[in-house]
Amino acid sequence: MAQINVKVNGRAVSKQVEDRTLLVEFLRETLGLTGTHVGCDTGQCGACVVHLDGRAVKSCTMIAAQASGSEITTIEGLAKGDELHPMQAAFHRHHALQCGFCTPGMIMTAVDLLRRIPHPDEATIRANLDGNLCRCTGYHNIVKAIAAVAESGAGV
Amino acid sequence: MYQTTYVRASSLAEAANLLRDNPDAKLISGGQTLVPTLRQRLARASHLVDIVHLAELRGLTLEGDRVVIGATTTHAELAASDLVRQRIPGLAHLAGLIGDPPVRHLGTIGGSIANNDPAADYPAAVLALNAAVHTSRRTIGADDFFTGLFETALDPGEIVVRVSFPIPRRSAYEKFHQSASRFALVGVFVAVLADGSIRVAVTGAGPCVFRATSIESALARSFTAEAAESAAISADGLNSDIHGSAEFRAHLVPVLAARAVAQAR
Ligand SMILES: Cc1cc2nc3c(=O)[nH]c(=O)nc-3n(C[C@H](O)[C@H](O)[C@H](O)COP(=O)(O)OP(=O)(O)OC[C@H]3O[C@@H](n4cnc5c(N)ncnc54)[C@H](O)[C@@H]3O)c2cc1C
Ligand code: FES
Ligand code: FES
Repeated sequence: MAQINVKVNGRAVSKQVEDRTLLVEFLRETLGLTGTHVGCDTGQCGACVVHLDGRAVKSCTMIAAQASGSEITTIEGLAKGDELHPMQAAFHRHHALQCGFCTPGMIMTAVDLLRRIPHPDEATIRANLDGNLCRCTGYHNIVKAIAAVAESGAGV
Repeated sequence: MYQTTYVRASSLAEAANLLRDNPDAKLISGGQTLVPTLRQRLARASHLVDIVHLAELRGLTLEGDRVVIGATTTHAELAASDLVRQRIPGLAHLAGLIGDPPVRHLGTIGGSIANNDPAADYPAAVLALNAAVHTSRRTIGADDFFTGLFETALDPGEIVVRVSFPIPRRSAYEKFHQSASRFALVGVFVAVLADGSIRVAVTGAGPCVFRATSIESALARSFTAEAAESAAISADGLNSDIHGSAEFRAHLVPVLAARAVAQAR
């Protein structure tokens, strides 16, 4: 068994899990944080993106033990109480989701993008979504939502 | 994933000992190749020996006329490094084209070259720039390092510690993405080394990265895009799959080499 000591959405967590537990399984099954999704077996869809020490990573492509000692933010950690994070509000306003399955990963990737590049052009936004697949929207409204947050300067 | 035991190594020596004592143990660096492989039960490991936290494997430094890069340097760190962007712009550009942002945040140069995927990007830079791979046991020159499909000169239990790149006069990398995986359908790295010699390395096209010697000779006569594009590459032995035939890949090599020559700085 592996001892996992992490801070998740600001709360310290200490648990023992099987060594082979993926970080996404730890978040969803051990901690019940089911906002982080699993959409593939190959590390390509991005539905599982969370922030590890402030950087976007795919939580299905990491075992939980690798993350021990780190701080993790999931989609559940973005809103302040009832007030949505500006990126969540922009996805809502610009209709950037249909079924919503890709949305948590999209939003975590988008927040990470604006942390690194506060004012990306459209091509940069699209290139940074290379690792996030959406089967519904055709991406246009996702790109619009991210551009709107960048323009408002409220990204981080 | 099959059962495994995770160990966070506290020194390079401890990691090497764990590998020696457990023949079915595997190193884990960024995990961006290994974890999906384990997840699909295409591989198993008795132990996962994590080397990411080792100080000996970190660092990005200028040492004389070389840029020396620790094995656990991530693709994102390398792409953003001012040192690499100024001294070896083709290498920084290449790192920024690997996969997608989350993959670049964890994936490392040591893991990539040890894995030697036929469509991986770094092998092209290591070979074209004539880099030296420093391991836990010895130093291996680029021409001897990549030996075949997913094969390298590394012995079992040997650990890549750092990669040392001689600073070239000019370098550039051009990648034709395989649009589903983001790996290289074909990637071509062109380098003019400090002594004026020209090396052109090709990834994605064959079972293992290789030097395009016909393009090297053409560029030695005239370092122009036209010279690169006029050199012929045979389709014999190149990869053929649903993403592109061997002939298409052979066609792309001089085209990408010409673009790289035009970009080289
Ligand atoms: C969605 C996706 C897209 C990708 N796209 C690309 C792409 O476009 N181009 C590209 O080049 N790559 C791509 N990759 C692969 C990625 O670059 C990996 O990071 C890289 O291949 C392996 O590095 P790692 O640090 O993650 O290694 P790991 O997965 O940790 O290890 C890979 C192998 O190397 C061994 N190893 C690790 N470190 C060392 C060391 N220091 N010494 C000896 N052996 C070691 C491990 O035991 C293992 O067998 C992609 C990956 C994914 C998931
Ligand atoms: S579930 Fe992680 S990338 Fe698809
Ligand atoms: S909204 Fe359905 S997958 Fe993106």
